[in-house]
This record gives sequence, structure tokens and C-alpha cells, in this order.
Amino acid sequence: MPDRPDFSGWSCPLPLRDYPNIVIGHGGGGKLSAELVEHLFLPAFRNTALADLGDAALVEVPSGRLAFSTDSFVVRPLFFPGGSIGDLAVNGTVNDLAVSGARPLFLSAGFILEEGFPLADLARIVECMAAAARNAGVAIATGDTKVVEKGHGDGCYINTAGIGVRIDGIEIGPSLARPGDAILVSGFIGDHGMAIMSVREGLEFETVIESDCAPLHEMTAAIFQAAGAAVHAMRDPTRGGLGSTLNEIAQASKVGIAIDEIALPVRAEVQSACDLLGLDPVYVANEGKLVAVVEAAAAPMVLEVMRRHPKGRDAAIVGRVTAEHAGLVVARTGLGANRVIPMQIGEQLPRIC
Amino acid sequence: MKYLTEFRDGAIARKLADEICHTVTRPWKIMEVCGGQTHSIIRHGIDQLLPPSLQLVHGPGCPVCVTPLELIDRALAIAALPNVIFCSFGDMLRVPGSEKDLFRVKSEGGDVRIVYSPLDAVNLARRNPTKEVVFFGVGFETTAPANAMAVHLAKKEGLRNFSVLVSHVLVPPAIEAIMQSPANQVQAFLAAGHVCSVMGYWQYPPLAARYRVPIVVTGFEPLDLLEGIRRAVRQLEAGRAEVENAYARVVTFEGNRPAQELLSQVFEVTDRAWRGIGVIPQSGWRLSPAYREFDAELRFQVTGIHTHESPLCRAGDVLRGAIKPTDCSAFGKECDPRHPLGATMVSSEGACAAYYNYGRFISADELAHA
Amino acid sequence: MCLAVPGRVEEIYEGFGSRMAKVNFGGVVKEVCLAYVPEITVGEYTIVHVGFAISRIDEAEAKLTLDTFRELGMLDEEFATEEQHFERAAASPPAECDSSSCQTEK
Repeated sequence: MPDRPDFSGWSCPLPLRDYPNIVIGHGGGGKLSAELVEHLFLPAFRNTALADLGDAALVEVPSGRLAFSTDSFVVRPLFFPGGSIGDLAVNGTVNDLAVSGARPLFLSAGFILEEGFPLADLARIVECMAAAARNAGVAIATGDTKVVEKGHGDGCYINTAGIGVRIDGIEIGPSLARPGDAILVSGFIGDHGMAIMSVREGLEFETVIESDCAPLHEMTAAIFQAAGAAVHAMRDPTRGGLGSTLNEIAQASKVGIAIDEIALPVRAEVQSACDLLGLDPVYVANEGKLVAVVEAAAAPMVLEVMRRHPKGRDAAIVGRVTAEHAGLVVARTGLGANRVIPMQIGEQLPRIC
Repeated sequence: MKYLTEFRDGAIARKLADEICHTVTRPWKIMEVCGGQTHSIIRHGIDQLLPPSLQLVHGPGCPVCVTPLELIDRALAIAALPNVIFCSFGDMLRVPGSEKDLFRVKSEGGDVRIVYSPLDAVNLARRNPTKEVVFFGVGFETTAPANAMAVHLAKKEGLRNFSVLVSHVLVPPAIEAIMQSPANQVQAFLAAGHVCSVMGYWQYPPLAARYRVPIVVTGFEPLDLLEGIRRAVRQLEAGRAEVENAYARVVTFEGNRPAQELLSQVFEVTDRAWRGIGVIPQSGWRLSPAYREFDAELRFQVTGIHTHESPLCRAGDVLRGAIKPTDCSAFGKECDPRHPLGATMVSSEGACAAYYNYGRFISADELAHA
Repeated sequence: MCLAVPGRVEEIYEGFGSRMAKVNFGGVVKEVCLAYVPEITVGEYTIVHVGFAISRIDEAEAKLTLDTFRELGMLDEEFATEEQHFERAAASPPAECDSSSCQTEK
């Protein structure tokens, strides 16, 4: 990521150089707004739907059920080890669509910027989004920018909404977990939350902990292709971590979930950081992980599929669904005793995504 | 993490638990003093490995929980003052006062900051010379050296805008108060390992002798706790009442001399009211005359404080070990970490918080067979 | 707050008018005040609470404790019957102990 925006590949960057920071006019719908679109968003996002610049984007989607998702991003700080608000904004919505059994196609991007926000930072964020979109195979087809007075925003907030088309023959949902199903996690938990912590709390990490922010659409597609109807539920555990996601599934499906703590994949430095701060990795946010609930017989195959993907090398089977203690998630501790992992009350760490 | 992970070994833990099971022939009640120990026990499920005749009683080792409600209200009033930057440790944020908590004060415009170390508060005072920086100095003897150093540095540098709201409590008087209570059933103590790393354990032999109780200095990881319990049980079965150190890699008999020296300069012993228990004589520390100018209670005269305890809250009974959190009718209903009635439900060392956060609202029986 | 964690002293220097150190807690490095452990040197381990080192870890004691733990039950192992060895190997780690005074059944 360049420190100063590289405008060399863009058409006519000159007008932008006159304004090193965002001003109210950039959100006003007039000349300044148009220049921002023409000289920043369009060149970065580069697609025909956007280039038409209509009030709405007109896109072609294959036939089938549409999946539709939205998310807003208010993370602090905007740039952190392993990513930025831009990466989260694209991958977050891509992943919500992917774990819903859809192929992500198009995104919208709404920006709320604070007067005085450095244009260089906006350009960095936009470049991140463009790269993430290309990587995820989606087009940012429409967008909007508003500017609020200084002191009334926090630099930059982003909302993205996304549409995708449901893969044929996939029936999944949080209420479809069944006793006997296996629970898999695609890799190390807690990386994103601790990456944010590391820059907030001024913790120097010898090994830098990077956010795991990544698109999971290829992994999910491969899982659905290999296991089909054996996949009952799939979620991406963001805020609230794995613990919250498992509780949601347990409650929606009216089943119990039994987890083996020793099987949970946690990086050593993340565990250390959690020990230091008195946090539990099970509640720490992720931005590039998925939880899959699959028929027990299909679990080894799904594990194999996950591990073949670069983002799934550390995937593991971490537990199973049970008819006992419906609605509760129970973990077997390292000592062989049991403890409940309850739904977390309140925010362990605010403004995480 | 070295010297942490090894002491969580599951196989060794079960061996220690086996030893305990083979030693126990009668019912016993052992109190772990420190809230950190309570949390570790519940988190790892250590009590599930023990025979049912061996009961662990949770002690008052939660300094936030035993801070008088009146002082909490005073802290909230100070935090709400304009021009004050109020600093405290993270888990103080949701401790309920009579009307509100620090989180509410913050949302109403109070400048409330979470700090990891009291030195962070001193830094804030250096960087904000026009503001009054107040640090909420709550803790047992473990935290006192850090707070003492903060005040000492402030005095050395002449930081006029720094002050501390002191709520320091001492462990040995608490043990005495528990043993002196007519309702007491505790037969042995696991002393707080990190308190002892500062103070040593020279204060305990007279207590062990006077009250005929084994006192074992114990750490916090599963193996440390099980070893502490094992030694206590061995003494109880043999009819002994001695002081043992089961945390020898960290604790020595004399304790930390440099820390004790600064403590004796910065603090002096005073009577203290323990919330839910009452006044325990000579059980707390306040700033000594040489450092009294940094006392936030004297610096900020806040008035109009109306203190009233929630009638439903039974934190006091929990702190004395008279009931378990799940025995309280409000547990998990009117009282949870989002809407706590008392400090024990939100402090990182509160027993109610441990029970709630590790899901002890299902019965032990259900849990064992899950 | 009694949350205190063990870490390795990596670097010692002066700061805040006191002896300070960079301490490594299993990969996480934080600045710590060494005012209360004046004798500690680089490479040694210490217990840290709210940014202050409050005790030096006696590594010999730590080793002794762990060795004692590991030897626990070894005498039992030596004299156990072949059947008992097989049983132990076959069983998944039990949470319950096998004394009759224990609460949970196997």
C-alpha cells in the first residue's frame, strides 16, 4: 500500500490535488462530488455498471434465488496490521453472501466522510476496496458519498450492501443444525480482534498479529461442491467471535453444542495476548473465518477441502451438535471438566469492525 | 506462555485431583481468598474434579466488590466533574453505584479513561497540565506497589494535577474477620499467591496458630490451585494447622522488600468498611501524611451523594462465602453483567461474574453429564 | 486485580525515572517497570501486574514443582497390573476421579 496515492494510472488527477482534504462540497452532489467519482471511485472500481453513473446500477444476474446482505463498517483505527476499513467493507459483505450459500456478484458502497478527512487516506481505502473486490470477483456497481461537518463523524464510515445468487441445491441456515453434526472452524480464531487490540492498547507484539480479513467465497463454493446437502449451517464469526456464533446456532436450531477446548485453533501469540488482557479467544472477532456445521460422515472431507484452501490450512473439527442441553454451548476444558460458553453480554472490544 | 502453559496440563491436573480424592475421608470446607483464584477454578472447572465432600468456599478477594458503595458514588461524582479526567481499570466501568456507573457517566460526557497501569494515569497528568487527573486506586496488596509508585512519582515531579481515590484493602485482617465470625465454617485457606509475592507470608503463622487453620500460599493456574488444595487437605486430614508455600517459584517468606518499603512510606494502615461485611479494623491503607495532598477524597469535596443499596443484591453474603452466587434469587434474572445489582457480577474478580460468564446457571449435575 | 502474568525480560533501560524493561509474554512484548525487582537481569523471568514486575520467578523452584507433579502417580504406574494399564490407555481422559468418594460416575 503506497503512502501517497499513486494517481499515475488514473485519468486527470489534477482537480484532486487542489483539495488535500475532504470538504463539505465533496458530498454535495455538485462539481466536487462529480470529480471525486470521476477521478477516484471510477478509476479504482473500474466496471461498466458503475461507469454509466445512473441513479441506480443496472446489472445482469443469473436466474435463481438472490441473496442480499448489508453491513456497515465503523472500525477504529482505519488502518491496522493486515488490513483496513476498505478490506473489511468488501470482504465482510462478500463473506456474508458466501456463507449464505451464494456466489457474490455486486456490491454497493456508501461513504460517510468527515470534513477534513485526508484525501490520501480515502484514496488508500478505495484502493484497498478495489483490490479486495477484484480478488473476490465482485464489482462495486454503485455508491454514494456524504460529508458531515468536522466533529460529527469519525473520519470515515462505510456501508456496503451486496447481492449474490444462491448456489443450486443448497439449503442451509442457522436453524438446520442436527444432533450428531460435526462443527468445523476454518482456522485460527481471534486474530482480527487482537490485531485491532495491538494497535489500540499499544501492545508491541514481537510477531505482528495480523487481521485475518479475507474473502471466503472460493472456500465456501468448494465446500458446497464437495459436500452439497451434507452442509447444514455456515456462518462467519465476526463480532462476538466463535462463541457468539455457536450460541446463535444452538438457539436457532434448538440443539446443544459440545466443544473441545483443546481442539480450538488459536495462535500462540493471540492466546498470550488474551491471557495478558484477561480476554477469551472464543469471544474475539474474526474477519476471514467460517464455521461449518456438517453431517458427521462428511466432516473429514469438508476438513480436507478447507485445508486445501490457502486460508484454511489450520482448519479443525472442534466439536459436535448434541440433543443434550438444548440452546447451550458447553466446552470440555483442558482438565476434562465442563464449562458453558454463554452468549456474551456487551462488547468485549468496541468498534472492532 | 512459559511458566503458564505448563501449569495448565490436563493430565497432571487429573493426577493431582486423584491424589486429593484418595486423601479425603471427611467433609472439608476450604476458602480460596482471591477472586482471581475463584475465576480460575470456575473457568477450568477445577471444582468438578474434586470429591463432593470437599467444598470450595469463595472468599472476599475482590477489591472492587468490597469497596463501599459510598466510595463508588463519590468516584462517580468526581468523574462527572468538568475538567476531570477519571482513570480506572477496565472492569470498573460497569460497577453499579446507587444511581449509575462509570459507563453512564462517560456517555453523559464525563471524561472517563480505561488504563492498564497507574503509570498511564500519571502520563495523562503530565500531558494534560490544565486538567485534573484522578486515578481510582482499588486493590489488594498486589496492586498497592503500582499505585504507590504512581503517587511517589507524582510527588517527585511535582504533578499538582494528579490525585488518587484510594480503596486499598488487606488480606490478613479479612481472614481474621472470617475466622472470628460466629457463622464461620471455613477450615482452611488458600492464601492469595500474588498478594504474598508482595507481602511475603510472615503474617500467616500467627493466624494459623490462633485459629488452628492450615494456610497454603497458592497460585492461580489449575495445577497451582490443585496443589494448594492437595496440601490443605493433607493437613486437614492429619489434624495439622501450618503455613505452607505451594507457590514457591514466585513467593518467598519475606516477600518483596523494595515494594514493602515504598508502601510503608506512601500508605498507612487504617480501619476500612468492607461492602457486605462491615468495618474491619486496621484492614485498609490510606495515603500517609506525606502524600495526603494526592488524596482525591480531600481534593474534591463532592456533595449531594445519596447512597442506597439494592434490596435484592446479596453480594455481601457471596463475599463472606455464606452463599454461592446461584443461591441468590436475582442471579441471572434481575442481575446479570449487563444490568448488575452489585459489583460481584461485573468485577473481573467477582464470584457472581465468574459463575455467570462461565455458565454456572445450569446445575453442576447437568454440567457434569453434558 | 490479581491478574499477573509471567514474562521474560528482554531488554533493560532507564525511563520514567526508573529502571524499565521490555518483557516478552509468549510473543507479546510490553514495557514494564522494574523498580521492585532491582536484581533481575535480561533472560530471567518475572511476574508482572499492571505494568510492574512484582517478583522474580525462581526457575529452579518451577522445575522442582513440575518434576514433582510429573512424578505423581508414577509409583502407582509401576505397580499397576497389565489390565489396569490397558484400561487407562483405552479410556478417554476421564473428568471424574476413581475414588468411591467422588461425585460423578464413569
